[in-house]
Amino acid sequence: MEKKVKKVDIIFETALDTSPLDVLDKTLQRSADDIILELIDSGLKGRGGAGFPTGLKWKFTKNEDSDTKYVICNADEGEPGTFKDREILDRVPEKVFTGMTICGYVIGAREGYIYLRGEYNFLLKTLNAKLDIFNKALKDRNIDFQIFVKSGSGAYVCGEESALFESMQGFRGEPRNKPPYPTVAGYNFKPTVINNVETLVYVAMICRIGAEKFKALGTTDSRGSKVFSVSGDTPIPGIYELELGMPLSRFVDEFGDGDAKAVQVGGASGHCVPRKLFADTIIGFEGIPTGGSMMLFNSSRSMYNVLKDYLEFFTEESCGQCTPCRVGCQQLLKGIEAVKRGERPPAYLDEMKKLTGTMRIAAKCGLGQSVGNPFNTIIDNFREEIIY
Amino acid sequence: MSKYLVNLKINNIPVSVEEGTSILEAAKKLNFSIPTLCNHPDLTVAGNCRVCVVEVKGAKLLAAACATPVSEGMDVSTNSQKVRTSRKHIIELLLAEHNSDCTKCFKNGHCELQDLSSEYRVGDHVFLDLVKPKDKIQDISSPSIVKDDSKCIRCQRCVRTCTELQSVSALAVINKGDQQKISTFLSKSLHDVVCTNCGQCINRCPTGALTEHNYIEEVWNALYNPNKFVVVQTAPAVRVALAEDLGFEPGMRVTGKLVSVLKKIGFNKVLDTNFTADLTIIEEGTELLKRLKKALVDKDENVALPMMTSCSPGWIKFQEHLFPSLLNNLSTCKSPQQMFGALAKTYYADKINVKAQDMVVVSIMPCTAKKFEAGRPEMRDSGYQDVDYVLTTRELAMMVKQAGIDFHKLEDEQYDSILGESTGAAVIFGATGGVMEAALRTVYEIVTGREVPFTNLNIIPVRGMEGVKEATIKIKNVKPEWSFLEGVNLNVAVAHGLVNAKLLMEKVKSGEANYHFIEIMGCPGGCLGGGGQPIPTSPEIRKKRAEAIYAEDASMTLRKSHENPEVTEIYKEFLGEANSHKAHDLLHTHYKVRKRY
Ligand SMILES: Cc1cc2nc3c(=O)[nH]c(=O)nc-3n(C[C@H](O)[C@H](O)[C@H](O)COP(=O)(O)O)c2cc1C
Ligand code: SF4
Repeated sequence: MEKKVKKVDIIFETALDTSPLDVLDKTLQRSADDIILELIDSGLKGRGGAGFPTGLKWKFTKNEDSDTKYVICNADEGEPGTFKDREILDRVPEKVFTGMTICGYVIGAREGYIYLRGEYNFLLKTLNAKLDIFNKALKDRNIDFQIFVKSGSGAYVCGEESALFESMQGFRGEPRNKPPYPTVAGYNFKPTVINNVETLVYVAMICRIGAEKFKALGTTDSRGSKVFSVSGDTPIPGIYELELGMPLSRFVDEFGDGDAKAVQVGGASGHCVPRKLFADTIIGFEGIPTGGSMMLFNSSRSMYNVLKDYLEFFTEESCGQCTPCRVGCQQLLKGIEAVKRGERPPAYLDEMKKLTGTMRIAAKCGLGQSVGNPFNTIIDNFREEIIY
Repeated sequence: MSKYLVNLKINNIPVSVEEGTSILEAAKKLNFSIPTLCNHPDLTVAGNCRVCVVEVKGAKLLAAACATPVSEGMDVSTNSQKVRTSRKHIIELLLAEHNSDCTKCFKNGHCELQDLSSEYRVGDHVFLDLVKPKDKIQDISSPSIVKDDSKCIRCQRCVRTCTELQSVSALAVINKGDQQKISTFLSKSLHDVVCTNCGQCINRCPTGALTEHNYIEEVWNALYNPNKFVVVQTAPAVRVALAEDLGFEPGMRVTGKLVSVLKKIGFNKVLDTNFTADLTIIEEGTELLKRLKKALVDKDENVALPMMTSCSPGWIKFQEHLFPSLLNNLSTCKSPQQMFGALAKTYYADKINVKAQDMVVVSIMPCTAKKFEAGRPEMRDSGYQDVDYVLTTRELAMMVKQAGIDFHKLEDEQYDSILGESTGAAVIFGATGGVMEAALRTVYEIVTGREVPFTNLNIIPVRGMEGVKEATIKIKNVKPEWSFLEGVNLNVAVAHGLVNAKLLMEKVKSGEANYHFIEIMGCPGGCLGGGGQPIPTSPEIRKKRAEAIYAEDASMTLRKSHENPEVTEIYKEFLGEANSHKAHDLLHTHYKVRKRY
């Protein structure tokens, strides 16, 4: 077994001999079913966090009977500690466009939208300029597909797919009830494929290099590689494309400052892994999945403050519509403060853990459902830091 | 396309329901009740309170029963350990955000959150109190509605009501997270926004966050004041709904008991808004005929047609805000409540030898907008505020209880005379289409000398709960003085609920519609579904009230407004003829352009 993390160069690689449009031309020669089969075979799972198999998502949407369908590229990137989608859109936007166009071809959509995080508006000008060229290239090829950018509203929850649709439709960014799922009723309640920026690039690249090469990377449950946003107490913060399925210890060896006591895997809504579990934690769908955010904490950090920051974030970013999340987040935040001040006994932390159990199964969307991830993993592993 | 059946199990009992049915509805079929808060039969599904969560075997998440459609083979448990724990947590979380001073709350005993808390016995105050002190400051700016954010549980029923049923959108969700709340535009006070005072939000608020601005104490004080002569008028729709707040099933007619209880409470005279409803028909019918004559004979292009009814003050304010260009189309007739007030403090006060300044006029209304209407500066034609206090049906029910009267045991009594006589045409004012039907019964007969050509005078096309109803009546064999109407097809339309009013107004504005006369009631179902009526409300409940209204009409000997002897009398003795100068001074009004924002 290798000792070092395996760095990969797929996403940002700019081969001189094949442009994204070449990939597109070649791919559109194939049948939609053929492309779907290859995607399913590749084992590609969504890179936005939920990890749904991309090929299946496309297949479901293709099978829906509707004149109007949409492709949405989710570039809301609101998860604290994630900044890879910005980099992708900045450096290789044509690959994203290509992935979207392939999707449009496969499912039968004529319009694609990039939902761009409000804070990334500085990218708008160049992105639109490049889109103009790309859209024109599509027209020149008689490909009935056009891509537009929509600027986001600046709320974290708008990255949640159904809230994103609501926001795009001009309403408050509040998640919808599911079912129906986007594949059946997404943007404008039409069948929609929504994929993360990175997912779409992998699609384009799988179409170029073939499923076999992609599959050769990673593990059975976590095929391929993934772009990580590395931050926190590391001498080398930045964006890295790494093979999936590595143990966290190997990651820390590479990126840590020698004093890492915990890594928050998957951003604020992810899991906190303490040093003692580094070796046994696999980064991937069989272990701890991540949308890409890896935050390292060394021994100088107060995990109470880390948790408090996260809870403040969720308390503010909950859309506020459903009870478990809106009130639950406030209770967790006020609760750890009360315990810290000695106004509630340490056992109150266990009451709150039970509450996260309710939030996990009763909240309306992934935001409220996942607040328990950081809460429980930090409380369980750093209880003293919370109480004293 | 016919829907096919889906088979599932709920609490181990198999059931088959139509595809698309929610788990909540399916459970109801098996008589399992699942608690709900944000759900309401009149509104779209929100699924945001999460109180209705149930467990579906094999699913990682609980499902909101109201928002989750059944699927084949589903195995649902409505009361598993997970469900109960979550549900209790959710109720406790709502209580943490809720100002639980229940004993002092106007909705004490009528609160869905209170009911749930007592069902689930949440007493152990697990969670931290989150009520914000500033939310405890009530918005009492509106004469109709009181908003108390500290009682709000964010179910958004009011927001959906204001948008989906009324298309007013005076209430909206603002902010997110812990700052999320239900607010008006720019958080202005309710009195300063587009709110029509219809009170439909109150009818659907599960807690005490939205209640009527109540005047119960003021009315008791007037009754206790020996120097005041207190007369009361009762609107048509009150008599078919009051009983619901006093322990009866919906649809019970209690006209005689209503009179009786008001006398027992101590009102000096118990009179009837139905009297002025009949009078409205004479005034409004005449106005319509005059407008038609101006248009058809004088070819006056300035005459505003279609003419629109003006009895519903929520609708009036809606029109003032949203369609100011159509204000001339509104009949200038005051509403029956205000005609009553103006006559009570002039004609009636003279007759019974009471000074107008010593008279207090109280109305019992199914409506909260009537409270606003009574305070309009235009409504002081007697020289005083014509109607002093407006109580909702609900407030009256509270007074009945406070007075310690056993409503069930009361004997029927008759309204006092004068201003107490009425016809079946007046009582149907309480249902959507009723004013139209009453007007047609009279106008057709004035013009042709014959009764309207409908069996038993029942003009079925304008009845019922369809949002917009249309009818055309061909006028034939007219009396000589109405020859210009010979052969005319009189086109009428009826809408109830402001969302339907808006649809109709847009058609009128674009010129797409060619109606002569339009009836609009601000509330779904008309006054019987008014914002002051007993809670809860639902399509079924409103249907029962409507049946009661039409049964009341059918039971009356006089069923046409122009046959009301007291109406004939008041023209002879006091007003002269319909639309006379005096009638204009006392019974007609004008409207005001208001801003949208
Ligand atoms: C609160 C919340 C925020 C989310 N934010 C993002 C985001 O910024 N970008 C993203 O791609 N997916 C985000 N997701 C996941 C999306 O809902 C969706 O699963 C994803 O866009 C699907 O794309 P994929 O299959 O390519 O991963 C978020 C989910 C939740 C619950
Ligand atoms: S879980 Fe939170 S963010 Fe999601 S719908 Fe509920 S309140 Fe909104």
